[in-house]
Parts: sequence; structure tokens; C-alpha cells
Amino acid sequence: MPYIPHTPDEQRRMLDVVGVADMDALFAEIPEALRPKSFDLPEGLGEHEVMRHLETLADKNNTRLVGFLGAGFYDHAIPAAVDFLTSRGEFATAYTPYQPEASQGSLQAIFEYQTAVCRLLDMEYANASVYDGGTALYEAMMMAVRHTKRRKIVVDECVNPIYRRMLDCYTSNLHLEMTVVAHREGGSNLKALSAAVDTDTAAVIVQNPNFFGVLEDFSGLFTHARSQGALNIISVYPLMQAVLKTPGAMGADIATAEGQSLGLPLSFGGPYLGMMACTKALIRQMPGRIVGRTTDSQGRTGYVLTLQAREQHIRRQKATSNICSNQALCALRAITYLCLMGPRGLANTATHCSELAHYAARRLLKLPGARLLSQRPFANEFALVLPKPVYHVIDRLTRRGFLPGFPLGRYYPGLENVLLIACTEKNTREDIGILKELLGGAL
Amino acid sequence: MIPNDLLYTSSHEWVRVTDQEALIGITDFAQCQLGDITFIELPSMGDTVVQGREMGSIESVKAASELNSPVSGTVVEVNAELDGAPEKINQDPYGAGWMIRVRLSEPPQGLLSPEEYKAIAECSDE
Repeated sequence: MPYIPHTPDEQRRMLDVVGVADMDALFAEIPEALRPKSFDLPEGLGEHEVMRHLETLADKNNTRLVGFLGAGFYDHAIPAAVDFLTSRGEFATAYTPYQPEASQGSLQAIFEYQTAVCRLLDMEYANASVYDGGTALYEAMMMAVRHTKRRKIVVDECVNPIYRRMLDCYTSNLHLEMTVVAHREGGSNLKALSAAVDTDTAAVIVQNPNFFGVLEDFSGLFTHARSQGALNIISVYPLMQAVLKTPGAMGADIATAEGQSLGLPLSFGGPYLGMMACTKALIRQMPGRIVGRTTDSQGRTGYVLTLQAREQHIRRQKATSNICSNQALCALRAITYLCLMGPRGLANTATHCSELAHYAARRLLKLPGARLLSQRPFANEFALVLPKPVYHVIDRLTRRGFLPGFPLGRYYPGLENVLLIACTEKNTREDIGILKELLGGAL
Repeated sequence: MIPNDLLYTSSHEWVRVTDQEALIGITDFAQCQLGDITFIELPSMGDTVVQGREMGSIESVKAASELNSPVSGTVVEVNAELDGAPEKINQDPYGAGWMIRVRLSEPPQGLLSPEEYKAIAECSDE
């Protein structure tokens, strides 16, 4: 969309059409106190000056770091074809495809995305995405509250702390009762989680692999929760689902994921992709858009936004979500990535990342005083306990061009000595060797 | 089509009160306005409903609306047929399309007579 400024003459003509004297009169509805005093914007610059200014700002970022940072967001390789295909103007500018007759391409892409999400997570239905993994988890929790008409939520402390903060924040005025079950050395306390789920519980919320990188099988917990009438919600790392036990196989009612690992760049925090899938029984509670496949009056295949009657443009006051940005573009990146990788490519990548992480763990455990926080299985990420607080280690290595990991003490008091280290296919064994030397020097 | 032996609400529910019980549905006018009904969400057996408060929702191909309870009491029966065949509401709103049966906790107040409802249904029709 081009930037089209209004000339004073055009403004004058628009005001005349509306029938108001000037701009102040146009905004008179808004109380004086709520109107901005000024917009605090600098004077305009020429194109060349703007470019130079932005480049100067961009150069302040250190973009050549060798990174082992994960903690929910992962620097995976993205095939060039993803950028090429999804940057077509038709996809970039499309808004909600409410008119199926004009949007068959977008609708089919979303339908294929939903199908891929269902297969990857082994669930029955998926929606057309929400903002990010945290939003997806919040929406899943509210699905459970609506479905069960209960208000107690049991959350594993091993769930991404950013997501848990979002749950707290979004529900601070909803009078939900949140019970957080503490982790045990980076693993879920399954016994305590089971004990916390009772007949007042709307949902139990867990994550696999958990925030510490540990792999869990929640099948037993889910069986118990179901016997209490609670719903099972699990947040997963979608790329790893190519090789891990699926939410469906564990008995999850709702599965959510941050889809960033499927062909979306880290981009300093977004836009990301909130994936949601559920069982058939819960489809009416699913927020957001859902594309269905049908046949028209002449028997031809067609795609439509289905369950439209509950959508935001019809049932505005009851809408559970109001996704206005082009999240479908993020979903399109994910389906493009998944198609290019294929099931085998995805599984190979997941296995490769996990093997690299296990290699890294073996190397780094040779550092004096280093040990793993948890002895339980992990995939491509692990929590390494070091003999001293990790903050200054991170500072020191970052100056040498290495981002060694995420400081767990940031969210878990008492774990100031623990570094969360993730590997992707972009890391090499050589990187890991250098990381070990640098870490050794910093300790 | 406004049967003479029923009472009505301004939000287009009908109610047949007998002794301590009430049978509830939506009117022919309402189903006609909604068009093809695709889904209905009703309270469960044993749930309490309150006169004038929301008791469920109804979705058609073009709209979704709340259902308000015309009476107060406890739900003693739900029309399970509607779960798989909500179109029964379109076909037979006063018969096979009934929704719930409620044991009254108090006599309902202020329901509309067939004549009073007729005025509303016709008025809204314009």
C-alpha cells in the first residue's frame, strides 16, 4: 500500500462532506483530556537521510552472533523459497478472506495449513492461527473455562514463564483461580500436578518439551485430569513434534504452539504464529477463524470461512478473539516451510538439532563444576548448571561474538547459575567447541 | 403462525406452562428470521435458569443469537434430538423443535399473550 498524504485542500473537501468546520470540530466527540497534546514527532527528512538514520540505528544491533539462545524461540534455517513464495503481493496485502468468491487462494492456503497442523499435532481440528504461542495458550485456557464452566486452572511451572505471565495478565480481572505446581529440578512434578487437578478444575496446562528443554509424557496426568472432568492443554515446540510423542497420542484436548520455528525469522520478537488445535468436541469453543472445504452448487471444490455466525464481524460483543493483523501470512510461511521440508525433512532436522544438543551437553559437562539441572531426557535444549552466576558469563561471551544461552535465573529465583542452551541446525560442532573453550575461560 | 395456547417473550421464545413445568422453544417468526439453523447450545439437565437471563445460544447460517429463558427453575429435560438435527427448529418450531423442559421455581411474570406477541412479531417484520 503506498503512503498517500492528504493535502490541506483534500482535508478541506473531506471536512465539507462530513459537514464540520475544521479538524478540531471533527474530533470534538473525544474529551479534551483524552486528546494528545502533541505527537512529539521530529521534522520530516528526505529519503536518503531517513535511510542513513535507520542504517545507523540498525548497525547498533550485533547481528553476527553465534547463538545458542532458545527458551521458546529458535533460530532455525529458513529455505529461501519460503521468503520468495510468501512475499508475493497477493499474500502480503490480503485481509480476512470473508468473501470466498474473491479469496479461494488464501482460503485454500489456510485450509492446507490447518490440515498440516492437525497432522503434526495429531489433533482433529485446527484454526487459522492467532497472534503467538502465548496468546494461543491463553485462548486454550479460556476455551476450557467456557466448556467446563469451572474457574480453577492448574499450571505446570515448567510452562514457558512468558506464557504464564500472559495468562496471569490476561486473567487478572476474570477471577480465575490459578494453581502453579512447582518444577522439580527442571522436570514436571507429575504427582503434584495430578493431586492438584480435581472436580473444580477447568484445565491442566503443561508444555513439552518444557521450558528447561526436558521431555515429558503427560499421558497419565491427562487420563487423571479427564476423569475429573478437566481439559488437558499442552503447549509444544512444533518442529520437534516430527519426532516426539504427539499431543493427540498423549490425550490432549487442546494443543497450542509457537509456530515461529516453522519458517518464521526471529525478527526481534515477532510477528509470530500462534497455533491451536483441538478435539472435535471443542470445535465450537475454538476462537478465531476456521476454514472449511465444501462443494458449490455445481459440485466444484470450494473453501470458506466456516462457523462464520460466531465470528467477530457478526457476533462482535461475544467474539473471543479479534485477530486483525495478517496472521494468515505467518500461517502461510509455516505451511510453505512444512511443504518444502516434508515429514522426513522435518524429522531429520529435529533429530539433527537434538543430536547436536546432546553433543554440546557431553562437551560442556567436561567443564569443571558443570552439571545438568535435570537427568531426564531432552531434545535440542538443556539446562546446564555452572559453578557461578551466568549473567557475567553471558556478557563476556557476547562481547566475543557468542551468545551462550538464556539465564534461567531471569525467571526462576535460585537458578542464577543455570544456563539454558539450545542448538539448531545453524550451529556446528566447531561452534560448540569454541563455546566450550570460551565458557571455560569465563568461569 | 402464533399458537393461541402459548405465552411469549419479546426476545421471541415461546413457553407452554403446565402445572409446575414449562416447555420452551423459539417462535416460528424467530426461526424464519434466523434462516437455516446450524447449531444450538442449551443448558444441561439439572442447570438452573433464570427468567430473562441467557440460557444458551443459537446459530444459523447468517447470525448467532442468545436464547433467554422465559421462566425461572431447574432444567429437567433437554431435547437431545436437536444436537444432531438443529433443522427441526426450522421445520417444526412449536413441536419437534422444542428445546428444554423446566421445573418452575416461581411462576413466570410478565410474559406476553399471543395477541401481544403478534404485535411485536409483526412490528419487527416490517
